[in-house]
Amino acid sequence: MFTQAVKFSIPVMFGYLPLGAAFGVMFTSSLPYDWYFATLMGLVIYAGAGQFLAVTLLATQASLLEVAIATFALNARHIFFGLSLIKRYQGAGWRKLYLIFGLTDETYSLQTSRFTLSDPNQEHQLGFYITLLNQGYWVLGCTLGALAGRYLTFNSQGIEFTLVALFIVLALEQYSALGQKKPFALALFSGCIALILVPSQHQLPIALLLTSGLLILDFKYPLNKAALLCKSTS
Amino acid sequence: MQVYLLTVIGVAALATFATRVLPFIFLARHADHPLLAHLGRYLPAGVMFLLVFIFMFGQPQSLEPQVLLPQSLAALVVIGLHLWRRQALISIGVGTGVYMLCVQSGYFT
Repeated sequence: MFTQAVKFSIPVMFGYLPLGAAFGVMFTSSLPYDWYFATLMGLVIYAGAGQFLAVTLLATQASLLEVAIATFALNARHIFFGLSLIKRYQGAGWRKLYLIFGLTDETYSLQTSRFTLSDPNQEHQLGFYITLLNQGYWVLGCTLGALAGRYLTFNSQGIEFTLVALFIVLALEQYSALGQKKPFALALFSGCIALILVPSQHQLPIALLLTSGLLILDFKYPLNKAALLCKSTS
Repeated sequence: MQVYLLTVIGVAALATFATRVLPFIFLARHADHPLLAHLGRYLPAGVMFLLVFIFMFGQPQSLEPQVLLPQSLAALVVIGLHLWRRQALISIGVGTGVYMLCVQSGYFT
């Protein structure tokens, strides 16, 4: 079970170690605090973009209200992740809080793209291990980066593409599992609207909002013929 | 000084957790609603697509050739390899290798 989780999460490891390290380097080289606070942030905040933002906010001595609003807005996309996992995480017991806490982009992607186990206890345990391993990679990355500070010499430029490659692979897997173009078409449409109308940092949450809205419309007024036929005969 | 740091970390942690837990709090009673099943089925595919799409085209410099070309080339390598062999780690590893080679060699700048 644990080895299965390791296997699933290896791509995230290759993304999280360097990205976490980049955060750690940024933390110790731009703030007057000790390295272990970077570890602490990886442990209790556990959000990539959110932690980078926190460094900027700390550097400018932002108010707590600003921190709360900016962090919430930046991470608002996570709200849509939960929407599709409410049923799935039911009955996870003591693990549930942690499964929800650890719901990063990458963890969500792995959890929704892998096969599910028929035994609920094993299923939640596998989900728990994946979440735990992902955070482990992230915290380790944050810590190593913070310790190495500006003396890091390994040229890892471009390694962050690992996570994009992971999302591409998982999108392909989603497509072959669903066998439908519909969600991709709706997402493409939403993405284009967001690119045209919204500034860079808000594009993802707005596009997700649009996609969710379109999926709700699609649920209420199904476009495909089979569904229409069912409706007219019932 | 460290009190400020610790409160900022605490507030950021709470704000992040709030975004993750809100749907579970407000929609827990409706877990069996067919609309949520519909979203559970289709939303992940949309999310995955948008994470790629916005990364590729959402930055201000996205359409400049030195950004667009390495990203597109690496993305095509990932897609091609994955359709061919369907080995996630190979598709991801080779694609990332191609991307790193492109940006570090400066060939496209």
